Amino acid sequence: MSQGAGLSFEQAPPFSVPLRFLLTAPLFLAAAGGLVAFHPEALASRWTAPALALTHALTLGFLAMVMLGALMQMLPVVAGATLPAPRALAAITHVGLTLGTLALLAGFLFADALAWLAALGLLATALGVFLVASAAALMRAVASDTVRGIRLAWVGLAATAGLGVALAASRAGWTTLPDVAAAIDAHALVGLLGWVLLLVIAVAYQVVPMFQLTPPYPPRLARWLAAVLAAALLLRAGAILLPPGGVALIDGVLAAGVLVFALATLRLQAQRRRRLADVTLDYWRIAMASLVAAVMAWGAARAWPAWAGHDAYPLLLGVLFLGGFAVSVVNGMLYKIVPFLAWFHLQAQLQARAGSIPTMKEMISQRAMRGQFRLHVAACLLLAGALAWPPLAVPGGVAMAASALWLAANLASAVRRFRAFGGRWA
Amino acid sequence: MRTILEYLGTDHRACDDLFASAEEAAGHEDWNRGREMFGKFQAAMARHLAMEEDVLFPAFEERTGMRAGPTQVMRMEHAQMRELIDAMAQAVDAGDAERFLGLSETLNVLMQQHNLKEENMLYPMSDRTLGEERERVLDAMDACQAPGAA
Repeated sequence: MSQGAGLSFEQAPPFSVPLRFLLTAPLFLAAAGGLVAFHPEALASRWTAPALALTHALTLGFLAMVMLGALMQMLPVVAGATLPAPRALAAITHVGLTLGTLALLAGFLFADALAWLAALGLLATALGVFLVASAAALMRAVASDTVRGIRLAWVGLAATAGLGVALAASRAGWTTLPDVAAAIDAHALVGLLGWVLLLVIAVAYQVVPMFQLTPPYPPRLARWLAAVLAAALLLRAGAILLPPGGVALIDGVLAAGVLVFALATLRLQAQRRRRLADVTLDYWRIAMASLVAAVMAWGAARAWPAWAGHDAYPLLLGVLFLGGFAVSVVNGMLYKIVPFLAWFHLQAQLQARAGSIPTMKEMISQRAMRGQFRLHVAACLLLAGALAWPPLAVPGGVAMAASALWLAANLASAVRRFRAFGGRWA
Repeated sequence: MRTILEYLGTDHRACDDLFASAEEAAGHEDWNRGREMFGKFQAAMARHLAMEEDVLFPAFEERTGMRAGPTQVMRMEHAQMRELIDAMAQAVDAGDAERFLGLSETLNVLMQQHNLKEENMLYPMSDRTLGEERERVLDAMDACQAPGAA
């Protein structure tokens, strides 16, 4: 290793690099809520066009949007790995992901060939460019449990994107896949567990202890959990090659891994040194409780085959994992990242005295964040309830859209304050 | 064998602990304890920053020839921390819990992301590059006193 390897931590990228992603994402979350409100049948079966559009508004438009933007900020900090040409990279990835996701939603909803072509080109470019740039950075990164986890999540994102491109090409009628159902299952499983969950786990190793001053994750758990999950996913994706008992065993390993992560996180948070009310902490706890509930729903499906075959079963897993877990974690993290970056850049740009600029807590009203949190929880409960009693779908979708717009307004208020005190955007 | 990572990493935890105690007291508006714990935190931080700026960073810069690199970024963040700690001291004097907690939340995130960079990168790098000089650096840090301490 050369002398300076891993020590290239020059100052953070400009405010605009992560912020353009973080401010766009809530609009896709609102669109997802709108889809449910206008197409409540999205919650009747995972195979309807609105359900597929809804899923991708959440996973690409909200989750990937925030995660890619946050990684551009975080990789230099946690791994000493600077991304090449951050401004150009942010511009290409952000525009491609935004327009590509819109085109994909149009492709699902209107089965339009041109929309599929645009979605394929834009998303493949945006994700391809990000994957290449971050691969270069991750290879140079200083190895740690977090970096190893992010590397595995990178593989998950690459596999999900590759399968997605193949599926889109087959849906548009340009190619024929040998086994579409298996490809869809692998795309969903690797996307949710191999990318979203592994990334959250890797990042949790750093942020759970740092925000609340908890003890660190147990070293053996931090060393092995992501690797065990990734290995199980690899075997699971090749499920066709496995005997039936093998699939059940691997699913059990995956479920156990999810449960271990959720319970370990809740236990650490119970031992936190900072005990003041904190909305991000509450978001994390809702997220971990949702993971536990998802594992219980999965366990029930193992015990009762009728439930496993029910239309509501995959949808309940989706509501719990995407809404209850992933959206909650990301929403909670936005309430730390955006106020901190606003404060940090303002201070650095103005060389201001700490007493003369707003603190992190003054960037967004505490009451507004608390209210938005309650609305988000209500939306998740309504959407889960709608699976048993469909009339709840419309109020659930409306609550989700309203909560997303409130999130957008809260984040925008931090940026307004930043600018009002003389902060420069780029 | 002692390492920089272990020595200063442990000191980070000790500072965190005092920070959490001061913040807890401020949250309960228990200003007797708040003043006591904040005073201890302030002294511990002053000593920690002095150990780095007066002993470790010069040794690192000397050894690697990197003067405008990572240590400069660390010094800038130290200045940001001192600003926040000074403002917190004023909030303690004024008995203003809300102000204190706004500043302490900001300091916590700044301090933790800073510690991450030091513990993941700068300290391991120092341990590798300082070689046999490491013991001398550790002894010099041991002898370090907080600026202003008797």
